[in-house]
Amino acid sequence: MSLEFSGPAKQKIAALCERYPDAGSKKPVVLAALHLAQKEFGHLSDDALRLVAATLELPYAHVYGVATFYTMFRREPGGVTTIRMCTNISCMLRDGYDVLAAFEQKLGLKKGESNKEFTLVEEECIAACANAPCAVVGTKYFLDITPAKVSAIVDELRSAPHPEGEVV
Amino acid sequence: MPTDRTTKLVSARFGDDKARTMAGYEASGGYATLRKALAMRPEDITAEVKASNLRGRGGAGFATGVKWGFVPPGSPKVHLVCNADESEPGTCKDRELIYWDPHLLIEGMIISAHALRAHHNYIYIRGEMMREYVVLAKAVEEAYQRGYLGTNILGTGVTVHLTVHRGAGAYICGEETALLNSLEGLRGQPRLKPPFPAVKGLFGNPTIVNNVETLMNVPLIVDKGGAWFNGLGMGRSGGTRMLCVSGHVEKPGVFELPMGITFRQIIDEVCGGVWKGRKVKAVIPGGVSMPPLDADELDVPCEFDALQTDERIKPVMVRPGEQFNLGGGKALRTMAGSGGVVVLDDHCDIPKAVWRIMKFFAHESCGQCTPCREGTGWMEKVARRVADGTGKPGDLELLSSIAHGIAGNTICALGDAAAWPMLGFLTKFRADFEAKIQQRAA
Ligand SMILES: Cc1cc2nc3c(=O)[nH]c(=O)nc-3n(C[C@H](O)[C@H](O)[C@H](O)COP(=O)(O)O)c2cc1C
Ligand code: SF4
Ligand code: FES
Repeated sequence: MSLEFSGPAKQKIAALCERYPDAGSKKPVVLAALHLAQKEFGHLSDDALRLVAATLELPYAHVYGVATFYTMFRREPGGVTTIRMCTNISCMLRDGYDVLAAFEQKLGLKKGESNKEFTLVEEECIAACANAPCAVVGTKYFLDITPAKVSAIVDELRSAPHPEGEVV
Repeated sequence: MPTDRTTKLVSARFGDDKARTMAGYEASGGYATLRKALAMRPEDITAEVKASNLRGRGGAGFATGVKWGFVPPGSPKVHLVCNADESEPGTCKDRELIYWDPHLLIEGMIISAHALRAHHNYIYIRGEMMREYVVLAKAVEEAYQRGYLGTNILGTGVTVHLTVHRGAGAYICGEETALLNSLEGLRGQPRLKPPFPAVKGLFGNPTIVNNVETLMNVPLIVDKGGAWFNGLGMGRSGGTRMLCVSGHVEKPGVFELPMGITFRQIIDEVCGGVWKGRKVKAVIPGGVSMPPLDADELDVPCEFDALQTDERIKPVMVRPGEQFNLGGGKALRTMAGSGGVVVLDDHCDIPKAVWRIMKFFAHESCGQCTPCREGTGWMEKVARRVADGTGKPGDLELLSSIAHGIAGNTICALGDAAAWPMLGFLTKFRADFEAKIQQRAA
């Protein structure tokens, strides 16, 4: 099965290719193209990586190497909404692990797992430490979370999902 | 004249939702300094920045004007790159700065790019900062529409382009050479230095990488003068500091504070004291990469040089009786780092906190150098068993020796960033670790 980018995605990639005139190739657009591919196809299958490689005139191996380096890219299908729950130092000091456990329980998922609706990620510091514990979900931050607030957060995200692709 | 606590330079527009738009920013005086700067010679802008004693707010505290001076004169292509990858645990100022005042960053970048004669410039923003990316992309678009970005800006003949480049999840991309590789479309792995980016950086051209907060100070320096900015600070550090206070305080937050404020003042007077009426056990002064302070070391100011040299801060030891050598016999006390101040109270499980820090570094090592790749994973494993009470006699010596083996022996500073806090916590809180090991023996 071969994939294709949507019209708007093609336009976006073409416009971005103009932004790096000193590069001498389309390589600097690879992260943006991978973000777009993940948005359009849900995850980065081999076919999606081949599409990015062909679009940017890059070797498949290069695109594969990049896609597997960065943690936001996923090679397997996942949920519509990704919950990135921080457990790093400032969040841990204010019971972030208890909040993560509450998410696991409410979603019926272990960290790192997905169902159709959600992917739950144990995240490193998301730069909201003064409001620890916290989580980022697409463009939305959940701050000063307590285990008791988790259920309402999940219900809110069920009725108003925040896919990460809303950004690209 | 040192600043009082009400002096706000880069956080003046915090809380004002209109400042995020072109109209709101201009209404509060925004882009007036740009006009002044475009009429100045690039050399004169750099001279003001040098006189200001502005020091990099990204972690190393390097003098900004001096760094700009490293670009070889007459270079045909130069780039300015803003480091907006903020991911040092405990640090949350750049994200707030971008969210509240994106145009101040853009104005700072245009002025700085003019000073450097840099035409194609980039903001590398962390992938997980999705809300801030939207804010910044919109502001850049507005600045193009208004004619502040592009070719022949306001008819002055100056050309400055700016592109917001999203990362995709990797702490190491905050290290400036990894960031440049990531911008070029490669895996985000640090480069061997020299050459330094100011000589050979993005696409092989001289490149200056500066932190968000650093660049946001530039319009204020050009507006009011380098001497004024320097006068606000302390010693060889001009201006104010954005500090992010988190952990066990009553009122955590992101605050713009005077250079000379002490950690005790920050905790007691700005943040309402330690929470639950408890006492301080430890303070991480500038992100988890920096060795901690203990409760007797809180009267030191948050200024760059003080944290490195103030003798009230005990030196980090390799093992009891042997001081860590930073090179040339210099002691390692701590550093100002990224402005992430994390307060740990006297009920805190120190070995567990240290394990979490080590887990972070093991996860984020890019794997290029053996001491860092193997050492961070090994430290995490040993720190974990010490923390959960299954540590063995000799584990503390083992942790010291792994950390000592990493420090100074790697391509980038992530290795040191993992080793220093390990040694620092072992130096100042050894009894906490020993108690955990004895717990098992009992
Ligand atoms: C592992 C590592 C991570 C870093 N992360 C950041 C970061 O997220 N943001 C930042 O501005 N600087 C970061 N730095 C420092 C940069 O390498 C660089 O010194 C800085 O961006 C220069 O800007 P400044 O002179 O304005 O501080 C990091 C350094 C290391 C070694
Ligand atoms: S020190 Fe660690 S993070 Fe830095 S280049 Fe070496 S392996 Fe990569
Ligand atoms: S430690 Fe959790 S947001 Fe920084």
